[in-house]
Amino acid sequence: MAESRGDVVHRTIDAVWRMESPRLIAGLTRIVRDLALAEDLAQDAQVAALQQWPISGVPDNPGAWLMGTAKHRAIDTFRRQATLEQKSQELGRELEIEQLTRPDLDTAIDNAAIGDDLLRLVFICCHPVLSVDARVALTLRLLGGLRTDEIARAYLVGEATIAQRIVRAKRTLTEARVPFEVPQGPDFEARLASVLQVIYLVFNEGYSATAGVDWVRPELCQDALRLGRILGGLVPDEPEAVGLVALMEIQASRLHARVTASGSPIPLLEQNRARWDQLLIRRGLAALERAESLGEARGPYALQAAIAACHAQARTAEATDWRRIVGLYDALAQLQPSPIVELNRAVAVGMAFGPEAGLELVDALVVEAALKSYHLLPAVRGDLLAKVGRRDEARTELLRAAALTGNVPERDLLLERAARF
Amino acid sequence: MKYFMKTTPTPDQPLAPPTPDMMGEMGAYIEEGFRNGTLVATGALDPRTTRIQSSGGKITVTDGPFSEAKEAVVGWAIVEVKSKEEAIELSKRFWQIVGDGQGTLQRIYDPNEAPQS
Repeated sequence: MAESRGDVVHRTIDAVWRMESPRLIAGLTRIVRDLALAEDLAQDAQVAALQQWPISGVPDNPGAWLMGTAKHRAIDTFRRQATLEQKSQELGRELEIEQLTRPDLDTAIDNAAIGDDLLRLVFICCHPVLSVDARVALTLRLLGGLRTDEIARAYLVGEATIAQRIVRAKRTLTEARVPFEVPQGPDFEARLASVLQVIYLVFNEGYSATAGVDWVRPELCQDALRLGRILGGLVPDEPEAVGLVALMEIQASRLHARVTASGSPIPLLEQNRARWDQLLIRRGLAALERAESLGEARGPYALQAAIAACHAQARTAEATDWRRIVGLYDALAQLQPSPIVELNRAVAVGMAFGPEAGLELVDALVVEAALKSYHLLPAVRGDLLAKVGRRDEARTELLRAAALTGNVPERDLLLERAARF
Repeated sequence: MKYFMKTTPTPDQPLAPPTPDMMGEMGAYIEEGFRNGTLVATGALDPRTTRIQSSGGKITVTDGPFSEAKEAVVGWAIVEVKSKEEAIELSKRFWQIVGDGQGTLQRIYDPNEAPQS
């Protein structure tokens, strides 16, 4: 199939945008002090690239080209504002604005400042003034470099919904006068937790989609992993940020092994471990080691990474150290008590000490309101019931789980398992 | 998606010997790539190859061909990217540091992916 040169240039601009736009928008936001305006300026530069690069060719340093173009637009914008203000105010104002903005413009492309700007952008995108959905959309868009339609496709919602969510998010940030800064002092931990939560949410949606016809969406996992790695590079001494990277690297190592060629899920213990990506496992284990060396006690992400590492290091499913996993879940349950952690712990207990012990714990969770519509509760309970020979009840539970999940391949698998009893 | 890239030096066009500046720049570039995950692995290949051929059940092993140029060490990298164009952009930055020379890029398929014609 013949491709036009224009197609290739457009795809190159997409690639450059993905690589450069976070730094571009971060640098511009610091200059103009407004996220929405910064994004507009960056997009103007992209439009200019779309017009000029097909004719002039892709410049040697496309990032600098985009930044230079956006800078000029920024100056134009300030000049226009200044001209408007001149009508009511004195003439010296323009000069003042020039003096105010010029030095900033020059330092914006200083490499040393870029890391700080990116980190500010991370924190503003995940600001608690925004809903979690808005944080996710804004993060994917501004830090992941995804287009609105790509985000919409990943989350199975209309493009207009995502576009609106992003516009509203930016407006909220402007109205709330959220400063473009890295939080200091006691605020930092809580704000970082919000950032980590957003990245992990993206990863999980890719790892086991809550809805739709695909069991996994590897692209979304890759996006989250990339965001996590960037964050890990920006705050390399934060044990939980590094712990989250470790967790995602190890989980991602199983992406290709946890789905059949036709798209059905393959449970962890049935996966072909030869298909696990050893490179990602090594990266994950190295990050985990680093996370553990940074903090006195492991945080929730480092603990989950340690659990993932237990699986990654077992050569066969039978070789899994379930007692160690139970111990890690004990620690996690103490640190971050939640019925979902209890459910996972019950699975580990069932493997380490027999299905009766696991079932006892799961039975106690049936009354949990938070798990009322969580499909994995009946799925786990069904498995344990089957293991202790209560086949009719197992079937009922697996059918209940199938009815609760929104993910098509997962539902098919649960129905298939139910049909065995 | 992953891409395999390597330099393909020829005896008449070996890469320029690295200067301390170039090595510093390359070191920073490689470190950044490893940190953000675009660079999966990188290394160098001995230019001397051993050829193995199977024909009618008979295996023939031949050493060579050998390159005369000592500088003809082959540099390679595996990158994780979202598109071919992104791989090309990464490669462009490599060559901006290295200077004159040539190389190739090839898509690597994961076990579950089928090559597209």
